[in-house]
Amino acid sequence: MSVLLRLFWAFLKIGILTFGGGYAMIPLIQEEAIANGWMTSSSLSLVDYIAISESTPGPFAINIATFIGMNEAGILGAIMATLGVVLPSFIILMFVARFFARFSSNLMVKSVMKGIRPVVVGILLAVMVTFAIKAIFNVNVLDFTFALFDYKALIIFTIIFVLSRLVKKLSPVLLIIIAAGLGIILYGLF
Amino acid sequence: MKKNMLLELFLTFLKIGAFTFGGGYAMIALIAKEAVEKRKWITEPEFIDLIAIAESTPGPIAVNSATYLGYKLKGFFGAFFATLGVVLPSFVVIVIISFFIEEFRSLEYVNYAFTGISAAVAVLIINAALKLYKSLEKSWFSIILIIIAFLLLIFNVIPTPYIILSGGLIGFISYMIAKKKTVDHI
Repeated sequence: MSVLLRLFWAFLKIGILTFGGGYAMIPLIQEEAIANGWMTSSSLSLVDYIAISESTPGPFAINIATFIGMNEAGILGAIMATLGVVLPSFIILMFVARFFARFSSNLMVKSVMKGIRPVVVGILLAVMVTFAIKAIFNVNVLDFTFALFDYKALIIFTIIFVLSRLVKKLSPVLLIIIAAGLGIILYGLF
Repeated sequence: MKKNMLLELFLTFLKIGAFTFGGGYAMIALIAKEAVEKRKWITEPEFIDLIAIAESTPGPIAVNSATYLGYKLKGFFGAFFATLGVVLPSFVVIVIISFFIEEFRSLEYVNYAFTGISAAVAVLIINAALKLYKSLEKSWFSIILIIIAFLLLIFNVIPTPYIILSGGLIGFISYMIAKKKTVDHI
């Protein structure tokens, strides 16, 4: 399959399986990145993609799809990846709007979502743990070689977490900007 | 009149796409302001239903809302232009950024900033998880599913798509069991 078709197909799958907001896409993107060899030729890591997609306007899902598509195969790649992530939504929602007047109060839909939502919470928590460990210990979870303990990352993690819980009005963009500032201060000046 | 409505849908969702960061929940407030208050396209209860639908269907909430609302108001072309509107700002901004991001990213102080950000991304994810958790029905069923999904992913037991689909399947089975019970009672 050509690079473009693979991008389209990968993001089509991701679009179909994304429930409960963009972050649930992260493990899906991670797995597709490994399967397709994305991000190997780029100096950007997945965390960079997430940070930039979160701090630019528009839906996170669209941003990250466009971004990966663009970096893997230029403007056509961006179009194919974005098309892939949008198409399932587009088709399904038109279908729902046309045929299901009471979709969200339908008992079967509710039951299926009752199974999916907790699973997505579990997935997000697992992604969070792997990201936190990766940032603080500079290792993958399964390596168990905590040789590179980064106390500065732990400090930033703690400050941002406490701040986000205390001041609920802080948007993700603001938290990212504060974390960037803390990164420059802690790594640059000390 | 029809043409104007399509243009209005396109421009409204273009604005929504251009002025919300992160999408999803931040976008809901802006959609409410535009579609309910300002343009009176839908009523408040219809809006609540719209969000419930956008959350119970796969895909980004912003795109789901745009497609659904566009279709309800102006059929296929309404859906098309609303969706195009919400996607376009993202697309253009990211394409422009990607031309210089690698050079920018390799600057020393930008690198420090991104190292700081990578510690914060974990916080953003846990906050998203907590928000979704709050919307759940608190039951043993939910708690057990959370724990199982967590363990399956963290130990990389099965690929994520199967974990998500299994959640849906378990929900569906619980529906069939509940349905069978009510049938038995009759």
